[in-house]
Amino acid sequence: MKIIILGAGQVGTTVAQNLSNEANDITVVDREPSLLRDLQDRLDIRTVLGQASHPDVLERSGADDADMIIAVTNSDETNMVACQAAWTLFHTPTKIARVRAPEYLSHPALFSQGALPIDVLISPEQLVTDYILRLIQHPGALQVLDFAGGRVRLVAVRAYYGGPLVGHELRTLNEHLSGAEARVAAIYRKGKAIQPEGHTVIEPDDEVFFLAASNNIPEVMAELRKAEKPFRRLIFAGGGNIGRRLASSLENDYRVKIIEHNEEQARRVSEDLHHTIVLQGDAADEDLLLEENIEDTDVFCAVTNDDEANILSAMLAKRLGARKVMALINRAAYVDLVHSGTVDIAISPQQATIGTLLTHVRRGDVVVVHSLRRGAAEAIEAVAHGDSTSSKVVGRAVEDIKLPFGTSIGAIVRGEQVIIAHHDTVIESEDHVILFLTDKSRINDVERLFQVGITFL
Amino acid sequence: MSFAAVQRILGLLLTVFSFTLVPPFVVALAAQDGAAVAFATAFALTLSVGFISWLPVRHKRRELRLRDGFVVVVMFWTVLSTIGALPFVLADDPHLSITDAIFESVSGLTTTGATVITHIEGLPTSILYYRQQLQWLGGMGIIVLAVAVLPMLGIGGMQLYRAETPGPMKDSKLTPRITETAKALWYIYLSLTIACGLAYWLAGMSMFDAVGHAFSTVAIGGFSTHDASMGYFNSPAIDMIAVVFMFLAGVNFSLHFVAFRRHSITGYWRDSEFRFYVLLMSSVILVTVLGLYFTETYDRWQDALVNGLFQAVSIGTTAGFTTAEFYNWPGFIAISLLFSSFVGGCAGSTGGGIKVIRLLLLVKQGLREITRLVHPSAQIPVRVGSKTVSSRVVEAVWGFFALYVASFTVMYLALAATGLDLMTAFSAVAACINNLGPGLGTVGANYADMHDPGKWILCFAMLLGRLEIFTLLVLLTPAFWRK
Repeated sequence: MKIIILGAGQVGTTVAQNLSNEANDITVVDREPSLLRDLQDRLDIRTVLGQASHPDVLERSGADDADMIIAVTNSDETNMVACQAAWTLFHTPTKIARVRAPEYLSHPALFSQGALPIDVLISPEQLVTDYILRLIQHPGALQVLDFAGGRVRLVAVRAYYGGPLVGHELRTLNEHLSGAEARVAAIYRKGKAIQPEGHTVIEPDDEVFFLAASNNIPEVMAELRKAEKPFRRLIFAGGGNIGRRLASSLENDYRVKIIEHNEEQARRVSEDLHHTIVLQGDAADEDLLLEENIEDTDVFCAVTNDDEANILSAMLAKRLGARKVMALINRAAYVDLVHSGTVDIAISPQQATIGTLLTHVRRGDVVVVHSLRRGAAEAIEAVAHGDSTSSKVVGRAVEDIKLPFGTSIGAIVRGEQVIIAHHDTVIESEDHVILFLTDKSRINDVERLFQVGITFL
Repeated sequence: MSFAAVQRILGLLLTVFSFTLVPPFVVALAAQDGAAVAFATAFALTLSVGFISWLPVRHKRRELRLRDGFVVVVMFWTVLSTIGALPFVLADDPHLSITDAIFESVSGLTTTGATVITHIEGLPTSILYYRQQLQWLGGMGIIVLAVAVLPMLGIGGMQLYRAETPGPMKDSKLTPRITETAKALWYIYLSLTIACGLAYWLAGMSMFDAVGHAFSTVAIGGFSTHDASMGYFNSPAIDMIAVVFMFLAGVNFSLHFVAFRRHSITGYWRDSEFRFYVLLMSSVILVTVLGLYFTETYDRWQDALVNGLFQAVSIGTTAGFTTAEFYNWPGFIAISLLFSSFVGGCAGSTGGGIKVIRLLLLVKQGLREITRLVHPSAQIPVRVGSKTVSSRVVEAVWGFFALYVASFTVMYLALAATGLDLMTAFSAVAACINNLGPGLGTVGANYADMHDPGKWILCFAMLLGRLEIFTLLVLLTPAFWRK
C-alpha cells in the first residue's frame, strides 16, 4: 500500500515504523529536517520536507497514487486542510486525520464527505483515556481491549497462586465457570508465547490473554487470580487532556483526585470538574502524597506528558503504599524497562493508537485491530464473507481452517450473539471472527484467508 | 560492529553472485573455447566460500548499523574483485599472474576499463564475454543489484546503498522503499543496455560484439573485445550510437526515472546538474574538435569531427573507449581530455570522476566567496536550481574534493617513486581514480608494461574512485574500529 504520513511526531513515527515493516510504501512529511533525517536513517521510507497541507508538498510525496493519507501533525487545522486538499486534488481514497479539539469533534456534520472529507478521525487522547478507563473498570487486568462494539473483550491478566485454575489444565476452564464461557487465546510464559492447547497447564506468573463476552469477564478473571476488590480511590498525576477526560468520566462513580503542577492549569481543571479534588503541586512530592493518603489509594495513574516524571512518581507512589500504579510512557524503550517492575502497568499511547490505523491498512474486511506486546502480536476482528466455495473460512469448522502457526480463533460474533470458538464451531457468512496472532509477521496469511475468491463478485 | 552479521551478509552475497559465473560458463561450453573448466572451478570455489562463510552465522540476523554498511560494501568489492580474478588465473589462455588478474578484475568491476592484456582478439570467447559482463555488473553497482534482488537485506539495504551510490546527496530515493528504488535503477539500466545492444547490432556489429559493447557502454566501462576498441569497427554510425548511450548513461538515473514515469522529457532540462553536464560536455567537444582541426591532426575535417566528438564524450564520461590513438594527439588536447575525466558523469549515473554536481557546487561556492568580498555582510545561499543546498552538503563536497586531490597526489608521488616517468604516472593515476581507463604515455593503449607495485597502487586508486573515497578511507581511520 502507498501511504503518506503527515507529521513525524510520536504518533507519526510509530505508525511509520509499524507500517514500513510490512512492505508498505511509506512517505513521511514534516517541516523539521532533523526529525526526517533521523527517520530516514532508521527506516526504509521516503521523507519529504515541507508544510503538510500544501498541495505541492502533497504532490511531491506522491499523493496522486497514494492509497491512504494519515494526517497526524500537531495542528488540527493542518490535518483537516491536508485531507481536504488530498481529496479535492488527488482523490486519495482513505483519509485519516487526528483531530483533538472537542470543539470540532462535537460537530460530526463537519466531517462528512461533502464538507471536510475525512474518513476516520482519530483522537489519541480519547483512545488512551478509554484504554485507561477499561483498566480501571477491571481491577487486576493488564490490558482490556474491545471487539464487536464492546460485546467481546480481550483481557490480559497475570496468573497468581491462589487462582482456582492455576496449576490446572486449560480444558477444565469452562467446567469451572458455571454457564459462562471463555477462551484462552495466548499464554506468555517468561516473555515467550506458547500455543494454548486443552492440556496446557497454567502456571503462576503466566501472562494469559483470554476472550470472553464482556459481562463474563470478572468471573473468568477470578479463576486466574484472587478476586480483587473494585477500585474506589483514584489519583491521577497530570491534569492535561487525558487526566481531565479521565476524571470527568470517572468522578461520579469513584473518588478522584488530580495532581497538577501548573497553577493556572490546575485552576482551569478545577473549574471544569465538579466532584474531583484538584491538587496543585508536584506528583513526585512525598509529603503531598502522604498528606493525600497515598497508602489508601487504589490506583495511582501518572498521565503527564513527561515519561520520566510519570515513571518516577508512579514508583514513588507504589513505595508509599498505593495499591496499583500505572504510568503513561511514550518511549518504547522505557516501556520494556518498567514492564513487570515496580510499576504495575505501563501504558503506551502509541500501542493504543496504532490499532485504529492498522484497521484501515489491513486487507480483507477487518473491522478492529489491536496491536499487542509492542507490535509483535496482534488481535484482529475480521468479517467472513462469501460461501463455502469462494471463502476459505465460511462453512468450515474452526479445526478445518488452515490457520498460520501461532494464530488462533478466539470468538465469533454472529449478530448480537457471542459464540466462544470450539474446534467444531462452523463459521457462517457475515460472522465477525476474532483472531489472535502471536506472531504478526503471519498477518498476510490471515488477510488472505479472509479475502473472498475471485469467483465471488 | 557485529562481525557475525557482516559475515552473514557477505557470505550470502558471495553465494548469490557466484551465479554470475554461470553465463560465461555457458558461453564457454557453446564456443568450445577451453575455458569452461576455469569458469566451473571459479564458480564452485566462489559458491563454496560464500556458503561456508554464511553457514555458521546464518541465524545471526541483525539490522545492519551504519558502520556495518561500510564494512560490507568495501569487503564485498574487495572480495568480489579477488574472486572475479579467478577465471583469468585458472584459464589456460590468458593465464595471467595473480597481480595482473586482480588488476583486470578490479578494472572491470569498477568500470575503469584499463587492461593488461595485449592481444585481446586472441582470447577465448568466454573470457571476452566475462570481461564485458564484469563491467556491466559493476556499472550500476553490485550492491544496488543485491538490494534489488535480495529484499531480505531490508533496512540494512539503505546503509549499503548509501555507501555505494555516487553523489553528494544520497538520501534522495526514487521510491519510498529501497528495494523498489534499486529495482527501478536496474530496470532503467537494463532497458538502456537492451536499446544500446539493438542499436549496435542494427549498425552492423555481430551479435556477440553488440551485447559485449552494450554492456561496457552503458556501464561507462571501456572494455572492448578488440585491441583497437571501437576503432576496430571503423563505422561512424557505431561511433555515434556509442556517443549517445555514453552520454545517456552519464546522466543521473533519477532523471531517466522521472522521464519514464511522467512520459515527458521536460524534467531533464529543468535539472541544473544536467544543464551543467551538457554545457561541460559541449565545451570539451568543441575544444577537442577545433583543436584537432587547427593542428591539422587529420587530413579531412570529417575525421577530426567524428574522432574528436567520440573521444571527447568517451573520455569526458570516463568510459575510455578509443577510436583513435588520442594519447598521440597534440599534448594540449590529450591533457585537456584527461582533465575533463576528473569531472566525469552526473551523480547517480554509472560514470566516474568527481561528478558534475560536485563541480557545480564548488563553482557556486567559489562565486559566493567572490560576492562576499563585495558585500561582506550579505547572506548568500548556495542554490541548485531553485533549492538551497544545506551547508552540510557544501562542506562535505569541499571535504571530498580535498581528499580526492590529496589521494591523487599521494598515489601520483608513490607511482613516480617507483621509477615511472611523470606523464605516465600522472595519467595512470588520473585514469584509474576517475575510472577512465586509458592514460597517456606508456599506459595509452594498455597497462601491460606497468610493473607489479604500480598495478597494486592503481587497483587501490580504482576502488577509491569507484567507492568515492569516503567509503574506503573511513575504514582506514582508527576511530572507525574503536569500540
